[in-house]
Amino acid sequence: MSHYLLRRLFYAVLILIGVNLITFVLFFKVNTPDDMARMQLGAKRVTPAAIAKWKADRGYDQPLVWNSERQGSEQLTQTIFFQKSVEMFRFEFGRADDGRDIAREISQRMWPSLALALPVFLIGMLVHISFALLMAFFRGSYLDVGGVVLCVAMMSVSGLFYIIGGQYLVAKVWSLVPISGYAPGMDALRFLWLPVLVGVIGGIGSGTRWYRTIFIEEVSKDYVRTARAKGLSELVVFYRHILRNAMIPILTGAVVALPMLFMGSLITESFFGIPGLGSYTIEAIQAQDFGVVRAMVFIGSLLYIVGLILTDVSYTLVDPRVRFE
Amino acid sequence: MEGRKIIAVWLRYTRPMRRLDPIRWQCFPRLHGVAVIVALLAMGLLSACGEVWNDPYPQAERGGNVLYSAFSERPKHLDPAQAYASDEYEFISQIYEPPLQYHYLKRPYTLIPASAAKLPQPIYLDAQGRVLPDSAPASQIAFTDYDIHIQPGIRYAPHPAFARDAAGKPRYLALSAADMRGRYRLSDFPEIGTRELEAADFINQIKRLAHPRIHSPILGHMAEIIVGLKELAAQLAAEDKALQAARPPGVSTPAYLDLQRYPLAGAQVIDRHHFRLRIKGKYPQFLYWLAMPFFAPVPPEADRFYAQPGMAERNLSLDWYPVGTGPYALTENDPNARMVLSRNPHFRGEPYPAEGEAGDAAAGLLADVGQRAPFIDRVVYTREKEGIPYWNKFLQGYYDQSAIASDNFDNAVRIGAEGEASLSPDMEQRGMRLRTSVATSSFYLAFNWLDAQLGGQGDAAQRERARKLRQAISIAIDFEESISIFANGRGIAAQGPIPPGIFGFRDGLEGMNPLVYERVQDAPRRKSIDQAQRLMQEAGYPQGRDASTGQPLVLALDTVQRGPGDKARLDWYRKQFQKLGIQLDIRATDWNRFQEKIRRGNTQMFFLGWNADYPDPENFLFLFYGPNAVARSDGENKSNYSNAEFDRLFEQMKNMDNGPQRQALIDRMVALLREDAPWVWGFHPKDYSLYHAWLSNIKPNHMARNGLKYYRLDAPLRERQRAAWNQPQPWVLLGGLLLLLLAIAPAVLAWRRRERHSASGASANANANANANANANANANANVINDDSAGGKS
Repeated sequence: MSHYLLRRLFYAVLILIGVNLITFVLFFKVNTPDDMARMQLGAKRVTPAAIAKWKADRGYDQPLVWNSERQGSEQLTQTIFFQKSVEMFRFEFGRADDGRDIAREISQRMWPSLALALPVFLIGMLVHISFALLMAFFRGSYLDVGGVVLCVAMMSVSGLFYIIGGQYLVAKVWSLVPISGYAPGMDALRFLWLPVLVGVIGGIGSGTRWYRTIFIEEVSKDYVRTARAKGLSELVVFYRHILRNAMIPILTGAVVALPMLFMGSLITESFFGIPGLGSYTIEAIQAQDFGVVRAMVFIGSLLYIVGLILTDVSYTLVDPRVRFE
Repeated sequence: MEGRKIIAVWLRYTRPMRRLDPIRWQCFPRLHGVAVIVALLAMGLLSACGEVWNDPYPQAERGGNVLYSAFSERPKHLDPAQAYASDEYEFISQIYEPPLQYHYLKRPYTLIPASAAKLPQPIYLDAQGRVLPDSAPASQIAFTDYDIHIQPGIRYAPHPAFARDAAGKPRYLALSAADMRGRYRLSDFPEIGTRELEAADFINQIKRLAHPRIHSPILGHMAEIIVGLKELAAQLAAEDKALQAARPPGVSTPAYLDLQRYPLAGAQVIDRHHFRLRIKGKYPQFLYWLAMPFFAPVPPEADRFYAQPGMAERNLSLDWYPVGTGPYALTENDPNARMVLSRNPHFRGEPYPAEGEAGDAAAGLLADVGQRAPFIDRVVYTREKEGIPYWNKFLQGYYDQSAIASDNFDNAVRIGAEGEASLSPDMEQRGMRLRTSVATSSFYLAFNWLDAQLGGQGDAAQRERARKLRQAISIAIDFEESISIFANGRGIAAQGPIPPGIFGFRDGLEGMNPLVYERVQDAPRRKSIDQAQRLMQEAGYPQGRDASTGQPLVLALDTVQRGPGDKARLDWYRKQFQKLGIQLDIRATDWNRFQEKIRRGNTQMFFLGWNADYPDPENFLFLFYGPNAVARSDGENKSNYSNAEFDRLFEQMKNMDNGPQRQALIDRMVALLREDAPWVWGFHPKDYSLYHAWLSNIKPNHMARNGLKYYRLDAPLRERQRAAWNQPQPWVLLGGLLLLLLAIAPAVLAWRRRERHSASGASANANANANANANANANANANVINDDSAGGKS
């Protein structure tokens, strides 16, 4: 297994270099360092000298990928790409264009994102699996058919509807919780009820259908027939056998989703005023802040790779037949 | 049918509970538990009735003298040398005090002292430094001096940069790396101090405009105005380069560039409370600049404090934690969530204005005359990125004021037959108040003067064709309709470049643009499309086709497309040009590409706006001054308009004092512009703002944003209204719980029935199997015995 993990980590480095290169090419295909300077310096009374100074201060006055004015290896190293990339692989994310430390910003904004995403993820998974088990338990009955219809209907509704509808009903009409906002520490709880509720309800349609499909597929397998033949109750069959055997697809979906928890949710955070990471990348793209964009893409791809490796490792925990040879 | 069954089952199941027999209750321990939870929940909910549950603010703040507002975008800069955007001024205008400010109530906008003791009078000098009379012509004036006396006794808000130890030495101005350990916020420096404002602090800030690490947006402009600033910028840039080069490897912060070591020729400290600024030539608009935060004092201690190693890495900078002498200090800065201004304990208190314009007294704006401002202790700005939650929280009373978005306009405002705006009955019932004001901004569609077809190039005949074409388009684009469709009527169609509220603007028929409007029943009316088509014919484009080639006329409009919502607006533009038979090619792009195209003069037409820096016509008419052409000098004349006559008049007008002579010149310049039509005069937007009944002393001010100090708040009224508007509905939770129980019950019942059925079936089967096995075994044994006996026999 250690060989397997080492191989995967080696691939991860290559993938990260590739992602970094693609991010760089895409970003500078759309923007130039001059554009970035103008965006930061504003629209009024900006002089070419101020733009040149801004670029020089931030190292954007060098060529993008090849410096023909230099000799030897400096032709490659004295470029924006090399200077910015090397730092990042040392986990030095540098400063945003407005001068703020990116690593510190991320470390501050990741907690509110997690405070929202983790409960939505855990409670959501619990609710979705419970509903799916219920529907599979009563498969073919009015509860199953009605549930599937309801799930399809809920899937068809935009996520924004749940947010706006939830805010209107729960916070405005029933005045039960604040519409939006956030506070550090335990005070955050009263702001999180509603977004968590909305997040869970909004995901019921797709989540329940997904897990129901998995359970229904398992129900028809031989080991289930054997378990029933042994005289086990349906409850035991479902919770001890079917649920356990359905763990591989559940884990695949769950572990891969972990990086997304860290990266936050753009719309939910935006509507509920949660100061998380969800909008950090989007705001950076809008502000043409390359430092933040590359840092967030780098972290996102790193987490995704880690998530996939963890998924593979978790297979061995839930299914003894899986071995990485 | 299924529903009836469920109800029947539910009734049967709960029958014992409904009998309320205490002994039988014990037969249902699970139901007992659920009932207890429900009862406790109900008691909890009922006991909480009367309290507000959805208050987003801490309990401790309830009833406090705190104003609640919101911001949608985080301010980029809070350093007064850098900040230039209105969302940045929203904060720093409360923190910093420039020498001058605008009178809160008077209109037209009038300058009055802020930190200065009195308005400075210009002293004109010739090239030899001799004083000239006030009536001296601008051509003779080589320099102008402004002597600024500041009020003694003004003190800075508390800040660690001023903290001193017992020996009187600065406490935090020589910090080592070890001292910086564990310090990430300004509050991590427990000792704070203050000191009196001095004249040298103003000069320090002016030097900061030239600081190579600060990038002030007005350096280019001010370097041409303030004597010696250009030279100082060059000197500081060279010094900074040397310091950067001398920086040891691995050290991210370059050495401190001490501005006090570098004199500025045009700024001189006369005494502790008196300094003198010298500018080139005559530039009366300089006084307006002195009312902007660019000229607010910044103490050198703050620069020294933030320049220490480790500060910038921790986001500890003047751009993040400002320090000023204004009525408020920024005590919490988390631009992702909220920013808090708290009363500066050292602020001297400023008397509320004693006079205003007509109608201010009736509007209750003179109720606090002479009282010491500020009246509010804290201002909490919460970040609200989305309009819907912002509006809903405003309606709940959790924000004290709000602008009106297009989506909510019809709910909030009624437009009368005469076009007057009033509140909707719902808003009136809530006691809200509406304030409207026309912004000192102009939005326009510009023609690129360098364009061969639409501009002012070529021979006289070509220029005439282009002029008539521009005039025809000016008539065809119906901005009244645009304002009605896309802005809910919030704006007025422009008759020229100068908006209302700025000297030079003429109202009513007197200010009508006769090239686009005609007088009908004593009111201006846009000319008919027939008249525009006649102009098209004269221009050589009858029915939108080139008379010489027969080809359709295709024009390109460059614009910024922000999203799908812009499609309707762009389609509307197509329709306007279609009236003349012109095919419009819309080139939508992002903001940077758009700016780049304009800068290179690579456009035909584009849509843009201009917000006044100061209330002077020069600030609008300079947008047409030839030497300011963007393609030529990277100036603000984005349409590259060039007219020698206009330039000559502008040079005359820009340095004149307001008066009939200046007005006459402006009238001539505006007439020239209308005739040449380098812009389609678009509109001046109208701002609508809503305030709750508990907020008073509100008057929109488009020139300054430092009016917060005059706001007054009735906190008890706000508490009462919030409680009335936000009564929680706990029955929803009980109802939800009951619904959940009802939904689960049939499933549980069905499952239990099935389990019982399966169990009984299974045991019956098991018994049958057991019996069958027993019989089989008995038979087998019998056979074995028989075989044995048979064997024995054999």
